Order: sequence, then C-alpha cells, then structure tokens
Amino acid sequence: MSQVTIDRNEVDIVIAAFHSDLTSFFEEWRPIFSQFHLIIVQDPDLKEELKTPKGFDFDVYTKSDIDKLVSSSNASMFSGYSCRYFGYLVSKRKYIISIDDDCTPAKDNNGDVVDIVTQHITNLKTPATPLFFNTLYDPYRKGSDFVRGYPFSLRSGVPCVLSCGLWLNLADYDAPTQSLKPELRNSRYVDTVLTVPKNSLMPMSGINIAFDRETVGPAIMPALKLAQEGKVRWETMEDIWCGLVVKLVCDHLQLGVKTGIPYVWRNERGSAIDSLKKEWQGVKLMEELIPFFQTLKLSQDAVTAEACVTEMAAAIKKGMGRSHPELANAADNMVRWVEIWKEVESRVLA
Amino acid sequence: MASPVTPTPLLKDELDIVIPTIRNLDFLEMWRPFFQQYHLIIVQDGDPSKVIKVPQGFDYELYNRNDINRILGPKASCISFKDSACRCFGYMVSKKKYIFTIDDDCFVAKDPSGNDINALEQHIKNLLSPSTPFFFNTLYDPYREGTDFVRGYPFSLREGVPTAVSHGLWLNIPDYDAPTQLVKPRERNTRFVDAVLTIPKGTLFPMCGMNLAFDRELIGPAMYFGLMGDGQPIGRYDDMWAGWCIKVICDHLGWGVKTGLPYIWHSKASNPFVNLKKEYKGIYWQEELIPFFQAAVLPKECTTVQSCYKELSKQVKAKLGKVDDYFIKLADAMVTWIDAWDELNPSGQLPNGKSRSHSASVPAAAKATNSDSIVE
Repeated sequence: MSQVTIDRNEVDIVIAAFHSDLTSFFEEWRPIFSQFHLIIVQDPDLKEELKTPKGFDFDVYTKSDIDKLVSSSNASMFSGYSCRYFGYLVSKRKYIISIDDDCTPAKDNNGDVVDIVTQHITNLKTPATPLFFNTLYDPYRKGSDFVRGYPFSLRSGVPCVLSCGLWLNLADYDAPTQSLKPELRNSRYVDTVLTVPKNSLMPMSGINIAFDRETVGPAIMPALKLAQEGKVRWETMEDIWCGLVVKLVCDHLQLGVKTGIPYVWRNERGSAIDSLKKEWQGVKLMEELIPFFQTLKLSQDAVTAEACVTEMAAAIKKGMGRSHPELANAADNMVRWVEIWKEVESRVLA
Repeated sequence: MASPVTPTPLLKDELDIVIPTIRNLDFLEMWRPFFQQYHLIIVQDGDPSKVIKVPQGFDYELYNRNDINRILGPKASCISFKDSACRCFGYMVSKKKYIFTIDDDCFVAKDPSGNDINALEQHIKNLLSPSTPFFFNTLYDPYREGTDFVRGYPFSLREGVPTAVSHGLWLNIPDYDAPTQLVKPRERNTRFVDAVLTIPKGTLFPMCGMNLAFDRELIGPAMYFGLMGDGQPIGRYDDMWAGWCIKVICDHLGWGVKTGLPYIWHSKASNPFVNLKKEYKGIYWQEELIPFFQAAVLPKECTTVQSCYKELSKQVKAKLGKVDDYFIKLADAMVTWIDAWDELNPSGQLPNGKSRSHSASVPAAAKATNSDSIVE
C-alpha cells in the first residue's frame, strides 16, 4: 500500500500538564514533536506557571482560559485528567494525538525510536477493517495484505477514526493487578496494529491515543467522573467510559478503531496500592456498564457523532442513570459536551 | 490473573497430529524433536497405490482412499478426494482429545532471537489457557507470561471461557488468495508478531488449516472441511468453510478461538493460476457466504456441537441452496459427516487405530497392516 504523507497542518498534539516543569518531557519528545503544533492544557489545580523549553510551537491553556470559554458550571468537566479534552475542543485541526505527561519515546525491536506521530497518523489515514477479521492484522501495512478467504467486497475497509497505542514498561493495568504483581512490567513489543472488530467493546486507555477530531471529536468527551477521581490513571475511568461510547458510535456509523502500535514508554508514577481504595468504584461500575453497552442500540436517524452521543446520553439517563448518580451525571456531561462542541465549532466557522 | 510460569504439559497421550499428504513426509525430519513423541494420523490423498514413506521412528496410522472407503462405506462421499480437505477424516478417526494439523510444506520457523519455534508447544499453551471473546484485551492474550488484563477490563470476565481452536500463522509464503498471489508474487511475510489473541464473539475470520490445533472433544464434529477437489466446483475453501462453521458454533456455545502464535515456516508457494481456477467460484460465493454466516442464529435448543452443526446444515440448504446446487450437496454432506462422526465416535471410547512404527516386526511397506487400522 502507498506511503502515507503527514501534513503538519492537520495535526495537533494535546498534552495535559500535571506538573509545572515540562522541560524534560519535551526534551525527550523534541525529535518527534518539534515540527508539530502543540496544545498544552494545564490542570486547573496546578497553580505554578509552566516551564517549557524553547523551539516548540505551542499554545497553553489554563484555568482562566477554560473559565472564559465555557460557563462556570461546565468548567468542572475539565478538571484533573479531563483537562486535556479542553485541548480537543479548541483545536482547529483534523487529527489529535494525545499522550500522558509521564510518557517518553519507546524503542522498537530494532532499537529504533518509535515515532508515535507517524504511526498514529498512518493508522488513521489507512482504512480499518471491522467487519471481518484479517489474520495478518492490518492489511494496509507494508509487507502485509488480506489473506485468502477475506471477502473482496470488504477490502476497501472503512475510515479509521481512532488509533489506540500501547505502553512499554508500566502498562495500563488497574490498581488491583499492579498491586498483586508490583514487578510486572510490559517488555513485549508486539509489532502489529489491528482493527477492533465491530460489536466488540474494548477498554480505551487515554495514555496514548490519536483520533480524527473532525469526525468523532463530539464522542471523545469528559463525562464519567469517579467520586474519588485522582491524578493517576489508577484512579480514573474517564477514558474507559469514553472508549465504550466512541466504539458504539463507530460501530453504528461504520467507522473503525485500531489498536496496537505505536508504543510509548511509560514511566513509574504513583503507588498502585495507594490507589486501590479509590478505584473500586470504577471496577464495580464496569461490571454493569458492559452488559448495558452491549445491548445499547442507536436509531437510524443518528448519522453524526453528535446525534449518536445525544441519543446515548438519553438512554443512559433513562437506564442505568436511574440507579447510579455518577452515570446520570455522565449522561448530563455528554449532552453538555455536545452543546459546547457545537458552539465552539460555530464560533470557529463564524 | 495469569498464573506463574509452569512447564507446558506434553499431552503426548492426548493429542494426535493429523497430516494430509500426497507426496512424501520428508518434512517430518525437521519436526522430529517436537513431534516424535506424538502419534501421527496420516491421511494419504490421491493415488492409493502409491507408498508414502514415513521417516523412521514415528508412531503413526495411515489411511489412503481405499481405507476411507472401506471404513465409511457410502458415507465416504463426504470426504474430499484430491484435496487436502480429506484431512478431516483424520479428525474423525482420532481418539484423542486434541488435534494438531499441519501441511507437509510447513517447516520449523525461527523466532526473532533465532531460536526454533516449537509450534506444537505454543498451540498446547493456547488451548490449555482460556479465551476472552466477550471483551477485547488491548494487551492481547492476558494469560501469557508477562502480561495481564488491562485497566477497565471487567473482573467478572477475567476467568475467560474454554479455548476450542488455536489458529497459528506462517512466515515466508503468506496464505494469500490467487489474485493477491498474482499481483504480489514476491511478497513474503517477514513480520513476527509476538501475540496471541482471542477473536471476539460475533466476528468471523478466514481459518487456515496449515497450522491449526483444536480441542477435538469440544469442537471436533464441526471441523468438517467440506466437499472440495475432484468432482467439485471449488477448492481452497475447505478450511474457510470449517472456520466459519466453527466460529458460529463456538460463539453460540460460549467457547473461544485464538489466533496468532505459533508461526511455522511455509515453504511452498502453490501455483497461482491453478489456485485461481480452484478458488474462482469461491471468490464470488464468499460474498454470499459471509452475510449468511454473520446472520446465522442457532436456536437455544442446540446445546451440542452435532445439533448445532445439523441445524447449520439445514440453514445452508435453505439459504445457500439458491446460490448454487453445490450447497445443497454440501448441506447433505454435512449431515453425512455428522452421522459418520457419531458412528465412529460413540459415547464409549474405542482404542486408537493400530499404531505403526518402523520396527523389525512390522514390514515397512506392508499394505496389509492397513486393514486392521480401526473400528472393530
């Protein structure tokens, strides 16, 4: 398949800053990020001014920017890990790449540094194949193709709108798993990217993602906030929730989600055992969320991501929202997000 | 959670290796360190008067077309001739819990560190650990050493379900169809993807029979490789057909199918023009077959593989019979297969067919010993 061209004007890299000193983070990423525009969203709780190195093209957004753009009642949506969504909101570009600020570049099996931008954009610019599984994984990768028995009518694939990358070293395990196996580190570089099949739900990790903002931006939102949400991934579920929503939207709109390369190297942070007590709420919720999401159906009229999200929010409010206040809030946030999104888009176009 | 590393059991008395062949079995020399302890079931296709030489030291039973006809009588019509689809006869006559099947042009591959890959050991690992078809794990098979379920994976789904099938892959000559082979005659699969993963429930896949293992006690009756080859309008869709059937049934009965490791080294590229002639109808028909299988629903009352399979055959006849008469014949053959399977595998277990190995007491080329192979 032909080589994909990366147009820097199409890409925004969004980073949520939880620490004021970002110099080492950016130095590590300089070879890969320096030619791209960056959006840095400062955690509203972070009071210090950010320190960033020279030679980057970026915009910083702080609490006051958030308060200015969205009403004060909506500003709370962008707290903690969810502050990055503000970056998605104000971006004017087609593709977003977003990683956590505790990630640095990884090396592949040949010892080469992984260029996450090129790989994510390649994933997004080549079709996905959710309707039938290809046993040689992504058929659009160089050196690969569709295998015998793959229907020809399905070989043009569908647009890929979400690319979920992975992590070496500290993988995205939950607190119970990491506590039980404190030494467990991911050292296996699996050289593949594949489409997550239609109707198959997956846990989307926000640590290393990229997406087509123009198509699914409205479905990638800060909605679910755990009561004791914290500042480490073991204490959040916002991305997992988002992943369930966006997968349903993609399945409904015949869009694709890929998972696999690129990898980032995730550095040590926090204590899994300390986070154990906070994560239980999320763990319990997932048990009921999965069956609910598996049976959720969207109407034929929902032909955009906004419409899908709005319908889903209504269904959640009517369904599980009744017995779970955090889900009722999530549903409300989804509706608010779509409204804010539409408003910001119209200002951009005006 | 994944268990600590324990040695993989050999299962040498619980697993048969089924090999279809028309030429010779020289390839077994390379596999000797990994296969020698296992019992082989060799299904000889083509001219039954030809003598297939099995390398010394292997314990095997061999069936040619005459044996198949003798053992199955009129039901032998369901077993393909002049096509590797005949291998499924081996599944039927085996008495073991697990089957590993491999093509005679498949050799031992090397992993990126340069070590020989024990494909059989990896298949056993895959089959003995659960599958996870209900929710996708982004770190692939969570039961492998060095990995686990990721954050967000529901705990109630972490026990997984029994694995019915382990589908391996191939380095070097990839399993492409004829059109792709014609367009890319030089493409070789050089990418070693160090992963095993469960194919999610509700998702179909193209199952390749070159490097395949399965739990015969679970899914064996559904592993019928169809009517291909001599006298049939189609070839090279045997494993595809079986793959679609087993996936629908596994999804219905709550079992898993894994794909990925192990890799074997596929050495022989078949002639793409010959392949095109065999596949050509399949390329059109699969456009109808896929929607058929995707929409196939098995009733709750079908709780055994045989009943699921017979129900599928009814649906094949009703819905695909309109596509071509071949499917009416195939639907009938599916029923014949099940009947033959049940006859050869009644609930009481029979001993394996008489084993043969090269020892002084057994004349190597004796055809007579074939006759006391099986069913008393």
